[in-house]
Amino acid sequence: MVEAGEVVFAVTGLSKVYDMGEIQVRALSGVDLTLSAGELIVLLGPSGSGKSTLLNILGGLDHPSAGRFSYRGRDLTSATDRELTDFRRYHVGFVFQFYNLIPSLTARENVAAVTEIAKQPMTPEEALALVGLKERLDHFPAQLSGGEQQRVAIARAIAKNPAVLLCDEPTGSLDSKTGSVVLAVLERINRELGTTTILITHNAVISAMADRVIKLADGCVVGIERPPERLAARKLKW
Amino acid sequence: MRGQVLAIGLVIVAGIAIYVMSLSTLDSLTLTRQTYYRDYRFADIFVGLKRAPLSLKERLQTIPGVERLRTRVVAAANLMVPGFNEPISGHLISSPLSGTASLNSLYLRQGRLVDSDRDDEVVVNEVFAKAHAFILGDTITATIYGRRKTLRIVGIALSPEFVYQLQPGSLFPDFKRYGILWMGRKALANAYDMDGAFNDLLIKLVKGARPEEVIERLDRMLEPYGGLGAYGRKEQVSHRFLSEEFRQLEQMATIYPTIFLGVAAFLLQVVISRLITTEREQIAILKAFGYYDRAIAFHYFKLVLMIVGVGVGTGLVAGFWLGRNMSELYMDYYRFPFLLYTLHPRIVVLAVGVSLAAAGFGTGGALWRVVKLAPAVAMRPEPPASYRQSWPERFGLQAFFSQPTRMIIRHLGRRPFKAVFSVIGIALACAILMVGSIFQDAIDYIVEVQFGLAQREDLTVTLVEPSAYRALLSLQRLPGVNHGEPFRSVPVRLRYRQRHYLTAITGMSEDNVLHRLLDDNLQPLAPPTAGIVLTDQLGHILKVKPGDRLTVEVLEGKRPHRQVTVAALAKEFIGVSAYMELGALNRLMREDNLISGAYLAVDESRLAGIYPALNEMPRVAGTVARRHAITSFYETMAEQMLVFTLFVIFFAGVIAFGVVYNSARITLSERARELASLRILGFRRLEIAYILLGELAILTLVAIPLGFLLGYGLCAYIIYYLQTDLYRIPLLVEPGTYAFAATVIIVASVLSAGLVGWRLQRLDLIAVLKTRE
Repeated sequence: MVEAGEVVFAVTGLSKVYDMGEIQVRALSGVDLTLSAGELIVLLGPSGSGKSTLLNILGGLDHPSAGRFSYRGRDLTSATDRELTDFRRYHVGFVFQFYNLIPSLTARENVAAVTEIAKQPMTPEEALALVGLKERLDHFPAQLSGGEQQRVAIARAIAKNPAVLLCDEPTGSLDSKTGSVVLAVLERINRELGTTTILITHNAVISAMADRVIKLADGCVVGIERPPERLAARKLKW
Repeated sequence: MRGQVLAIGLVIVAGIAIYVMSLSTLDSLTLTRQTYYRDYRFADIFVGLKRAPLSLKERLQTIPGVERLRTRVVAAANLMVPGFNEPISGHLISSPLSGTASLNSLYLRQGRLVDSDRDDEVVVNEVFAKAHAFILGDTITATIYGRRKTLRIVGIALSPEFVYQLQPGSLFPDFKRYGILWMGRKALANAYDMDGAFNDLLIKLVKGARPEEVIERLDRMLEPYGGLGAYGRKEQVSHRFLSEEFRQLEQMATIYPTIFLGVAAFLLQVVISRLITTEREQIAILKAFGYYDRAIAFHYFKLVLMIVGVGVGTGLVAGFWLGRNMSELYMDYYRFPFLLYTLHPRIVVLAVGVSLAAAGFGTGGALWRVVKLAPAVAMRPEPPASYRQSWPERFGLQAFFSQPTRMIIRHLGRRPFKAVFSVIGIALACAILMVGSIFQDAIDYIVEVQFGLAQREDLTVTLVEPSAYRALLSLQRLPGVNHGEPFRSVPVRLRYRQRHYLTAITGMSEDNVLHRLLDDNLQPLAPPTAGIVLTDQLGHILKVKPGDRLTVEVLEGKRPHRQVTVAALAKEFIGVSAYMELGALNRLMREDNLISGAYLAVDESRLAGIYPALNEMPRVAGTVARRHAITSFYETMAEQMLVFTLFVIFFAGVIAFGVVYNSARITLSERARELASLRILGFRRLEIAYILLGELAILTLVAIPLGFLLGYGLCAYIIYYLQTDLYRIPLLVEPGTYAFAATVIIVASVLSAGLVGWRLQRLDLIAVLKTRE
């Protein structure tokens, strides 16, 4: 387990340029950041601000065009595909806007797909109990509501006991009520398991539950705020 | 979609090409044969006899139904060609006294017909001339009736009688060691002691005459002249082989295109359905804009039309080209003077029609879904696919399956029909491959049995007429001959109830070791001292079993009719014959101990000295060396088989590749999102590939045993269809055949898996996060 306060991600001068045919799109330019263990961080910004690009690089899905970033002291800037895959496999939990569950596997099996390849996972049943779905273990995605599907996705992400949990618009496809239930689950995971959690959103309301809010615009960090008090996710309304 | 369209197109091309190739070859050969027969006046009825005066001709002419007849003198001879130190059997036929023959006339390729006043001129048949590279003016020495004669080649010709040229009693054609020679009538009659007589008759029937009636009358009238039984075209060897070949072509033109077009229809169905699923939003938008249903359905139908159109077009061209080449190839076996290659418009129309029907059948359902799709429904993404546990899991095997394995099984189970059809498609490819190699297996087996177990003699020597037993002794005394066994051959008609068959009874010693009969288990079967042994095929034709009594009508000598009990049936793959113990046969003939020839085992190294010695013996009519025939046959066949095998591998590979590749591409398109999600979750490339390719592996592995079953069935069907009096092909599927078929299928699967696996490398992980299904 990662010690509280340890630096998880260190990012210096990170840039990303996409070649879109004739024109070049600058998605990130010179981002410097340090993220510590146990933090719940909200990346806030409008669409096109570069928050997903940053998350993808931190999650080992993409390479930066310039700058460096390291995970717990290990430089991953020019890691190989295999190294990045292992990084994702053993250290990162992902939660996606569209859940990305495997439709042919039940809730339990979706989680098991990950625990089968992890090093010290919890059981799928434990993980699903943590997200309040122990009654729906053998349901297929098609038999679950959107909120339930997202909770299965969270269970899948945390079951491997990852050091970091990366959530890209986890409530983006959910209504406010279901969304706050999902956020409450993330909050609980962060509190109880101490998992460093980075949460992307364009919804400013959600930033109230963060330890730190990092605001992005046009690929640059435009502000870092530390809310005076972390608000309980259940109390968030939008 | 390029790869998929290409794969489907290739399957269509293969189907159409085979269809056009076999039917155009069939049409061309049929037309060629018809024209040849007509222009060169091929006879309707054939009959051999011992000897009849020419004056009989007028009486024969009065038989109702006879339009024209031609008498001939035919004789067997031993030939010698300078520089070729092996025995050659010659079949000598008289040329008409003047002008061209009224029936079975010759197509002169080179030179001229013989001058009827000359007794030293000869026209030889083309294959024989080619085999020995004869040119006009070359000479051949013939021993006719014990007299040696030098003949000068004045012409090279072909005859409708010998389109397929096979020496009686031979297994395979041997152009080097069997020649047909046309000699002047007077000269041949002189040499063969047939002055003012004939021993062969050809008849042309008037239109509408019944051959059976003419044959019956002929047989009665020729009885006193040693008639050997008249027969119609259907029984004429060359004509029959040709007809058999035509039947095979016809069969080929049905079975294979059906398989290929069936597979193409299935593949089109799969691909078009998937395309419509991925494009449902666009369809909805177009519909919302006011496009008519039929316009949109027609848009997809145009795609189908394009694939089918290109496939059929290419198939037609390929089929035309292959058909031409195949017809030419046939010309090596079947000797026509010319080839009239035709591609009948009917074939083209049928090819197009059948392909369109198959395509319509395959894609009709998918197009109908387009028509029925309501725009509002189509705008929303398709609901998540619902899955169930598969039956092996419900039976408690679940614990053994990892999650990726469960994904594979459930995905297959979600569209069982697609899976089943894919399996059937691959299995059919496997079956085609098996059919491709059974002929080789069968021929090897026949040769092994026939020459390894049954006919083990090196030489068969035939005497000009039945001779005293001591003739055997003089043959045995030849230097180099290790062993000799006598035989007697008697032409007969066997009759059982209303069925009858023209054949010969071979009498052989009880203790033969060279030439033996075999029972069903391929164990030697000694000819019984009483009764007759029939080959299984003859038993089948006459519908007799051991213990039945049949009538033997002898067609030579005193022509006795006798009742004989069937003692046993013997296994033989070629021809239809009957056997008796030599003594028993001679007793049946009420004749002394006579023999017609001998089977000899000789010292290989002294073979060269034996041939001239045999030629010196006046009573020797012909010598056949079997081993040479086999080697020369294998040489010609090996090349053909190789071409044929490559052909089959290619076409079966096209099916296997088409099915596996399409299946993989569709699966990839359906599962790209899942697979990318798993990659993000930390699955390695190989682990993802397992999910995709595991499905293909299961399809292939299930398909192979099914393919073995289908293949065996298809082989059995084809073999059953090919059984004739001429030959029986044993149904033998050797382990090597299974192994070969499975290997080709696995290689095709691995190749297509490799192509798809390569695409897995380029899976866009980030796009997956931003889109919903």
